[in-house]
Amino acid sequence: MTGAAIEPPAIQRTKGPLRRALDRFIENRAARAGLFIVIPVVIAVVTYHWWWPYAPNAIDLKAMNKGPSATHWLGSDGVGRDVFARLLQGGRISLVVAVCSVAISIVIGFLVGAIASFGGRVVDATAMRFVDLAMTLPPVIFLLVLASIAGTGIAPTILVISLLSWPVLSRMVRARLLELRERDFVVAARGMGAGLPHLLFRHGLPNCIDILVVYATLQIANAILLEAGLSFLGLGIAPPEASWGNMLNLARSTVVLEQYPWQWMFPGAALVLTVLAINFIGDGLRDAFDPRSDLN
Amino acid sequence: MLSFIARRCATGLLMLVALSLLIFVLLRLAPGDPIDAYINPSMPMSASDLETLRDRLGLDQPLPLQYFGWLRAALSGDFGYSIQRSGVRVLPLVMERIGPTALLMGMGLAIAIIIGIAAGIYSAVRRNAWPDIAMSVLSFIGISSPAFLTALLGLYFFSVLLHWAPSGGMQTAGAPFSIADVLAHLILPACLLSIGHAALIMRYMRASLLEVLNQDYVRTARAKGVREFWVIIKHATRNALLPVITLIGSTVGIAVGGAIFLESVFNWPGMGLLLVNAVGTRDYPVIMGATLVIGVCVILVNILTDVAYAFVDPRIQVA
Repeated sequence: MTGAAIEPPAIQRTKGPLRRALDRFIENRAARAGLFIVIPVVIAVVTYHWWWPYAPNAIDLKAMNKGPSATHWLGSDGVGRDVFARLLQGGRISLVVAVCSVAISIVIGFLVGAIASFGGRVVDATAMRFVDLAMTLPPVIFLLVLASIAGTGIAPTILVISLLSWPVLSRMVRARLLELRERDFVVAARGMGAGLPHLLFRHGLPNCIDILVVYATLQIANAILLEAGLSFLGLGIAPPEASWGNMLNLARSTVVLEQYPWQWMFPGAALVLTVLAINFIGDGLRDAFDPRSDLN
Repeated sequence: MLSFIARRCATGLLMLVALSLLIFVLLRLAPGDPIDAYINPSMPMSASDLETLRDRLGLDQPLPLQYFGWLRAALSGDFGYSIQRSGVRVLPLVMERIGPTALLMGMGLAIAIIIGIAAGIYSAVRRNAWPDIAMSVLSFIGISSPAFLTALLGLYFFSVLLHWAPSGGMQTAGAPFSIADVLAHLILPACLLSIGHAALIMRYMRASLLEVLNQDYVRTARAKGVREFWVIIKHATRNALLPVITLIGSTVGIAVGGAIFLESVFNWPGMGLLLVNAVGTRDYPVIMGATLVIGVCVILVNILTDVAYAFVDPRIQVA
């Protein structure tokens, strides 16, 4: 830190833990790079319909399977749709699916973890065996079975992904709350007659916030990948709605794979770049919330 | 030891029962009449025959009883008929797919283990040198890029542009069976499958070896005058391998997922392709059979890993 030498250290107030975490996060170069990629991507994806002339499903009959050019920056696909517009729309769908499914799985994961830790031995054992079971089956298999029942579309995809991803979180929340349950302030709150909702939301939730934030960030990257994987296999988001996965699905036809690489390479690159950047941010947050990381 | 194995098998069995229950309930929620699964589509049935069959299968009974009926049939190998391919029984359909998938996954994991462990040892020993940093970045990319994308890119570069490998299938159509031919078809998907796992194994191996290298007994070995090479291989790596073994056991489940994407990109006639096609056509009997067989395999592998772990590490008390 260069600024520290100028400020007189005696007057400086001690920083709170959140402030210190924020400082650590800002100092993390990989996390900054992640933010540098993710923020423009999110802005572009949210606002593209105001500044990009083509709609994702508009057909330009004069441009079919054309490569990148001044008018269609990333080329066009087999029916003359603009690849850049579909890429941005696909990103929008991916983000909507990811954010919604993560929100749902956080609620389920936190509640299951909380109830397991505060609910007594029988409830705990039952819930954890259930979590074990959900984690035994290979995730993609589970995803396929669920998707075969739920069908395609945005809402079923969100449902399927969120049903798949809560068990890991509920494990972490349970571990944290089991430790918290024995702390003096929780014992005191209990002694004063606090009920389960008070314990969970006044004491449990604030003390789990770091787990939840880190999980949410990393899980958004994961959910983007799951959605892309499902759509790639022809489940998940069905055409004509665009998604990075079903744009990659086009490359399963040999002609597209061999002759029109811009139709699948750009969505692939967007996918990897976004996921990588979000993972950097997630790792940065995890290190930032870890008080031991100042020692290294 | 024996009691440990027995206990582990018992929990495995419980898992299996729970898994079958889960699959049964999930697929009964699915639309359609479950009796369709048991009709051989090439032989039409009269309405009264249908009632007899429904009675025999117990589909007119409450759900818990139905589950036991289904389980009894499944245990004797009767998963019904595929809806999509008329008249084909599910069990042989699933069984003939196990071999190719096991081949692909075995080869992929073998490559991943060799490369991952070697690279992990190297980058732990040469910590913070440029190859270590380069490999760390590569492994981060390897972990972050999804199997279907690496599969497409690999297919595009090595089959389409460079013509180094055939572009799909397990054998050349029309050619007589030969091991060399299968290997030529196997090597590209297996290498692509290994990328993510090699990256993961490398990271674990590096971290675990770095921890072991700080231990006192490593310093003792060096002080005794043991050559550095043998300190790394015999004293450090053997102990650093323990957590990596657990990791390898648990990646088998993930590898099944990766294999699904590789199989469908490379048209490899394995379980993954079967399952994806069955899901695409809502062929529930096949989905059920395939999922159950995959689940059994994964649970078995997990048990084997635990037992192997107990064998390798005498510190684990098995009592």
